[in-house]
Amino acid sequence: MITDYEVLETMHMFTQEHLDIRTITMGISLMDCAASTPEESCRRIYDKIMRNAGRLVETGEAISRKYNVPIIHKRISVTPISIVAAASGATDYVMFAETLDRAAKDCGVNFIGGFSALVQKGYTNSDRILINSIPEALAVTENVCSSINLASTRSGINMDAVRDMGHIIKKTAERTKDSGALGCAKLVVFANAPEDNPFMAGAFLGPGEPECVINVGISGPGVVKHAMEQVKGQDLGVVAETIKKAAFKITRVGELVAREASERLGVPFGIIDLSLAPTPAVGDSVARLLEEFGLETCGTWGTTAALAMLNDAVKKGGTMASSFVGGLSGAFIPVSEDEGMIAAARSGSLLLEKLEAMTCVCSVGLDMIAIPGDTTAETISGIIADEMALGTFNNKTTAVRIIPVPGKTVGDSVEFGGLLGTAPIMSVNNSSCADFINRGGRIPAPIHSMRN
Amino acid sequence: MGSSKNTAVITVLGKDRVGIIAGISNLLAEYSININDISQTIMDDVFTMIMMVDLKDLEIENSDLSDRLNDFGKQNGLSVTIQHTDLFNAMHRI
Repeated sequence: MITDYEVLETMHMFTQEHLDIRTITMGISLMDCAASTPEESCRRIYDKIMRNAGRLVETGEAISRKYNVPIIHKRISVTPISIVAAASGATDYVMFAETLDRAAKDCGVNFIGGFSALVQKGYTNSDRILINSIPEALAVTENVCSSINLASTRSGINMDAVRDMGHIIKKTAERTKDSGALGCAKLVVFANAPEDNPFMAGAFLGPGEPECVINVGISGPGVVKHAMEQVKGQDLGVVAETIKKAAFKITRVGELVAREASERLGVPFGIIDLSLAPTPAVGDSVARLLEEFGLETCGTWGTTAALAMLNDAVKKGGTMASSFVGGLSGAFIPVSEDEGMIAAARSGSLLLEKLEAMTCVCSVGLDMIAIPGDTTAETISGIIADEMALGTFNNKTTAVRIIPVPGKTVGDSVEFGGLLGTAPIMSVNNSSCADFINRGGRIPAPIHSMRN
Repeated sequence: MGSSKNTAVITVLGKDRVGIIAGISNLLAEYSININDISQTIMDDVFTMIMMVDLKDLEIENSDLSDRLNDFGKQNGLSVTIQHTDLFNAMHRI
């Protein structure tokens, strides 16, 4: 028998603490959509997505109604297009991005991820074509997200690709400057990219994944903050336990929704990604949650320690609640999407260097960070190289989603609207790293990669 | 993790007044829904009523019941929601 307290606690989580299922993401393999012409390949891609995901949105809405649980996004991730398009003979993959965009719109999903390439050890010809197509592809589509894996603990860091992505990010910003360089908000580079991540912009369906799969991302920084408010002043062991319990409960909601979606759609359930993913709404902030630990402003000393503990406790609670926890799982620290991060960055308490330290212990990386438009491509590559090193050498996923906003400088801000939020332009150390970046080549895999 | 029973929890939050239970019971009777349990408390000055109901064959997502409960709530200045019991079992039971 469910107690009144449990019912009211649940109600409170959904109505006051912004608990939600952030996304039901259907992964669709496009391996069998390769064809000898781009037209034929695109036709197969469109048909396959529509065949598998045609009922995704209505299914999500029915589940949302049954449990009165908000399910914010329904999304699709696909096999990296650099693999699918390789045989087509095309010299430009914009047409593939447009096909994904059209399929996403016709299915009613708001994002489709997989305009991607995995180049941690080197480029195929197709990877090169895809990467060169990114600026145009993100400018002419609305719902397509792009991700590139540049490094892994097993392979090391592809520094040629790190160098090239600095230029691609600059071009994407320039090509979408009328919308505040919005293209860059849909482009992320990774080290150790997970193949089953349901969250955008980094979602794609890895080559080791099944034909079709349901992955669910769940979020609730507000729930964890509320739970922590009940243990004010108590020692950190108590705090860890409190976070674990809250994480357990929210993961179980995700598991319930994922299993039900999987059953209704006749598609296997993949993983739950339990991530504290903030939104710009007040009360849905990871920064405010960190401040609840006892920090005056996010970014001050102690922030990294608090984040490390938070990230770990969330994972521990989550793995107890579901046997299949995957994706990124942990705490996200995007700047523009988090009301508290925005405030901390504006006040000068949160600097880019501190954010980099925080990414050593958060679940992803430097995320949704706006920087001055005149930052050079080499400096952007330098930021990426550092972040890739953190991931590669510490055996974790890291990422960079950075937005050099043309015409803007420190003190300005840029508005993306919706969940992407508002980003204050952050100051960048502009001392040159160009000679380092232009060396190119590969940074060898770390010694601890040899576990065989 | 879902139970085989098709039951739901109806939660009413707001200001107490005469006829809340009667109104909701009448509505449920139209759908032949049986009430298994009702509890009421005042929590932080908010009237709280929790009903456990047996849905039998009714599927919340394919019925207008939740909209009708919602409308009843709006007309009476209350928040009325219906949620399948599996949600609570998932969250609060290991």
